[in-house]
Amino acid sequence: MKPIFLRGRKVVGGVAEGEALVTRERISGWGGIDPRTGTIIETRHELKGQSFKGKVLVFPGAKGSSGWSAQFHLARLTGAAPLALLFNEMTTKIALGAVVMHAPALTEFDRDPLEVIETGDWVKVDADRGVVEITKKAQRRNAA
Amino acid sequence: MLEGRDGPAVQRAMDLLRRYGEALGAERLVDTNNVTGTIGATTPFMRDFASQRGGMDAIFSEFNLDSPEVVKVPKVKVFSSHLQQGIDPLHAERQGLSQEVVQLFRKGEAFSAGLGVQLMNTCTPYQVGNIPVKGEHCAWMESSAVIYCNSVLGARTNAEGRESSGAAMLTGKIPYWGYHLDENRYGTHLVELEIDVESTADWGLLGYYVGEIVQDRNPVLTGIKHVPNLPRLKHFGAAASSSGGVEMYHLVGITPEARTLEEAFGPRKPELTIRYGAAERRLAYERVNASARDSEIQFVMLGCPHYTIEQIWEVCRLLEGKRVREGVGLWIFTPRAIKQLADQNGYTKIIEDAGGFLMSDTCSAMARAVPKGTKVAAFDSVKQSHYLPAIMGIQGWFGSTAECVEAAVTGRWRGDLE
Repeated sequence: MKPIFLRGRKVVGGVAEGEALVTRERISGWGGIDPRTGTIIETRHELKGQSFKGKVLVFPGAKGSSGWSAQFHLARLTGAAPLALLFNEMTTKIALGAVVMHAPALTEFDRDPLEVIETGDWVKVDADRGVVEITKKAQRRNAA
Repeated sequence: MLEGRDGPAVQRAMDLLRRYGEALGAERLVDTNNVTGTIGATTPFMRDFASQRGGMDAIFSEFNLDSPEVVKVPKVKVFSSHLQQGIDPLHAERQGLSQEVVQLFRKGEAFSAGLGVQLMNTCTPYQVGNIPVKGEHCAWMESSAVIYCNSVLGARTNAEGRESSGAAMLTGKIPYWGYHLDENRYGTHLVELEIDVESTADWGLLGYYVGEIVQDRNPVLTGIKHVPNLPRLKHFGAAASSSGGVEMYHLVGITPEARTLEEAFGPRKPELTIRYGAAERRLAYERVNASARDSEIQFVMLGCPHYTIEQIWEVCRLLEGKRVREGVGLWIFTPRAIKQLADQNGYTKIIEDAGGFLMSDTCSAMARAVPKGTKVAAFDSVKQSHYLPAIMGIQGWFGSTAECVEAAVTGRWRGDLE
């Protein structure tokens, strides 16, 4: 199997690659994450207890408090921010959060990244060119 | 401003607004003369950052302008209000804070006042002198205030963040996007009430249920039998913006852009019709109480969003002739200006005589402060019930104000959905 490619609109430029962490649930910033560790803390969230530190975070979008950007801003300063952001729903929270995280970010994809990317897939994000390259987890296992 | 003729801080602010506007896909910026935001530095991380990097200018540069270079911050250009802070300086010890932290808070406060930022120190600026008019372009932060500003007042704001509101204070500009435009203010979902929603607690449950379904879209509610007052809409909006990301709603026949159902939806058709009856109310109640198991409580927190004077008065009447149980903390939060009114009215004394405390400027979730030894808490706020257990790793019960006061007096939670 060849890698899968997605195309999207640049939100914040830059290039990064890493393992994907995928959720179909929106993420709260303030009161939803611990910015010191990158862990999701929201009581009923499907990723509760998991960290996005050093991952390519793939999710529908942001929700909750307007402290969203400030929490992810803190996560950047503590080294716990995601490597890159791929999301579907544009909001002021996520736009500002992506900007102050200084992490490559894309939205408005030609295919829904939630349908294509699974947790553990290897994802290369080139936000300047608007391209995402996905190597599926199963393939990575075979290669290893 | 972007070229630097107004100095490096304004240049940094414009650079941030340019990057932010591009990220959004906004075509331009719009002028604003009403900004709410936060520039204080009282969390442990910010306190360390301030002491290591060069004080409040360094805090503003990094956390309000996204500028790694420390710039000297000039006076704000437009009317700016400070939101809730990280501590109540008059109850610092009780909130587990040293005098050193209080000194830092005072320093930050003097810095803010020196810039011309109004020290309202509340999540409810619309209670204490900042009431924008219909159609006014604002740059507000604080989700519960944003939803109130758009929906109840008919002014126009997106949910800004710490950095964008900081940049707006110095420039009087914000991206022209989202709720600044007519087309994004119309309803998207129809919510039909099948039961009478009247009490503040019920408005909270309704908001929690609706927010989880519509997420960040615009619900239009019909079938309201009792016109809600400020505290009820304050709780409704805070709940809807916690479970989802609602920034605008319409109450048909009540809110300013929804005189009729047709006006609320404009050219749009409802994408979904949601019914809210007894079963939905029960579901919302169970979800809000998801973290709660043990009936023995150590803490009752009221005032999220910050209490109105009417709500403080209600608590005083419920507390009259009673005492808060030994080993239970009762903390009530309100804006600083309303605390003064409560002092004058004798309400603060009534609460203190009963063993509770009336606090201002912050809340438990902002301050990350609960009485020592708290394992189980009780709230009359859906929003605080949603956030504080997650933030502090405690259990939290949600119920009516009367149930909360009773729990404070007996030390046991006996609340249930009527």
